Amino acid sequence: MNARITLATAARILRQLRGDHRTVALMILVPVVLLGLLAWIYADLPGDVFNRIGPALLGVFPFVVMFIVTSIATLRERTSGTLERLLTTPLNKGDLMVGYALAFGSMAFLQAVVATGFAVWVCGLEIAGPLGLLVVVALFDALLGTALGLLASGFARTEFQAVQFMPAFVLPQFLLCGLLVPRELLPPALEAISDVLPLSYAVDAMKDVTVQTDPLSDVLPSLGVIALWIVLSLALGSLTLRRRTP
Amino acid sequence: MTNIPADNSIVVEHLHVVRGDREVLPDLSVTVPRGQVIGLLGPSGGGKSTLMRAVVGVQVIAGGTVSVLGEEAGSPALRQRVGYLTQAPSVYGDLTVRDNVRYFGRVIGVGGDAADRAIEAVALTDHADALVENLSGGQWSRANLACTLVGDPEVLVLDEPTVGLDPVLRRDLWDLFRRLAGDGRTVLVSSHVMDEAVRCDRLLLLREGVILSDSTLPELLERTGTTDAEQAFLALIDEAAARDGGAAA
Repeated sequence: MNARITLATAARILRQLRGDHRTVALMILVPVVLLGLLAWIYADLPGDVFNRIGPALLGVFPFVVMFIVTSIATLRERTSGTLERLLTTPLNKGDLMVGYALAFGSMAFLQAVVATGFAVWVCGLEIAGPLGLLVVVALFDALLGTALGLLASGFARTEFQAVQFMPAFVLPQFLLCGLLVPRELLPPALEAISDVLPLSYAVDAMKDVTVQTDPLSDVLPSLGVIALWIVLSLALGSLTLRRRTP
Repeated sequence: MTNIPADNSIVVEHLHVVRGDREVLPDLSVTVPRGQVIGLLGPSGGGKSTLMRAVVGVQVIAGGTVSVLGEEAGSPALRQRVGYLTQAPSVYGDLTVRDNVRYFGRVIGVGGDAADRAIEAVALTDHADALVENLSGGQWSRANLACTLVGDPEVLVLDEPTVGLDPVLRRDLWDLFRRLAGDGRTVLVSSHVMDEAVRCDRLLLLREGVILSDSTLPELLERTGTTDAEQAFLALIDEAAARDGGAAA
């Protein structure tokens, strides 16, 4: 890997994104609108539901958005022939993957800051722990989405397929992450699956930051599991970027 | 460039390529000398693109060897020295010409001056700040070519670089290829426009994965008793088809 090539790649991806105002607006605004809607739905109901679901969603949004954007972007790179051209240059697979992670990670950071700020200061989400840690967890979730999106794009031949991978990769994790039913109340087999899936840890970490004033000792192991998934997905994803093709 | 001992920049020996269940190149051997423009001509589906992909090292091969500048095709040492132009324009439509060329330049390790020179070489300076997706087809393919030229590679593998261009631009690009060869670069160009054959030092005619002819244009005309490249190729292809038919009968 080469820092010059990695940074040039990240800069190129951000430049492409900068030209696409609508995508940037959607990335930033959709989570805000959904959080606002959720707060509004539960505004007059008892049970403090928004405070229970809101933090988990702050972890889910960056994951979902980055998954979609990355899987489509890398698929385009494959189908347009730019990937084949890049692989005949000194660019290394790692340069491309880390370039994507850096570019979309910085977008995710922006998204996380805006969404967290909106949830806390506009919707009145109560966070016991440090806000900065919430943003860090959101950033990990976004990188997880980017890494899994890169991996998924390796199995898609068309953009139709790539879009279908979103529900396939994301919805099962969403159902099992503890948002609908607390994970310890799931049937044992499902609980075991839930214990392996990364989004479960993302949601756990978000919950910990919300309810504990000093959550770091509980959050760090969760971040560790997410980091492991990121590394694993990037490694597997790099296997799908082949220099030689049939 | 003085550290390259071999006079041949591309050496292909017994190359065997299978794509799907089709044998695209059964057993192909060819050598390409340095500092020449080599025209790779022949009917579509004849294996031109597959041979080019093998030379840049992106083609899975079933057998044989391909070496470029004394190294195995596609090896890391070659990636700054070999420039590849794919048939379909592989540039980013949502970036400007300049941003595209600069990006591919940075990947290879050259600066903005080199990018500007490459854009000038393909006569796109006036459109350097236009988004590629807003360009015409011919401009798009020239932007594609600029991204190949930017690193000033020693070996250029160009798959149909002049397709869809008007006669003036085609002439200018062929002048450019001749200049590059004059500077010691090796240019392997595929084309199906036979009148471009006169601009090549050597012609390779590929049909159904087999090299029918590897010679200069005058040699080819003499051998076939024809007066231009198109007739010569038609004569060779008819001859080969008759031979195939005879073998089958």
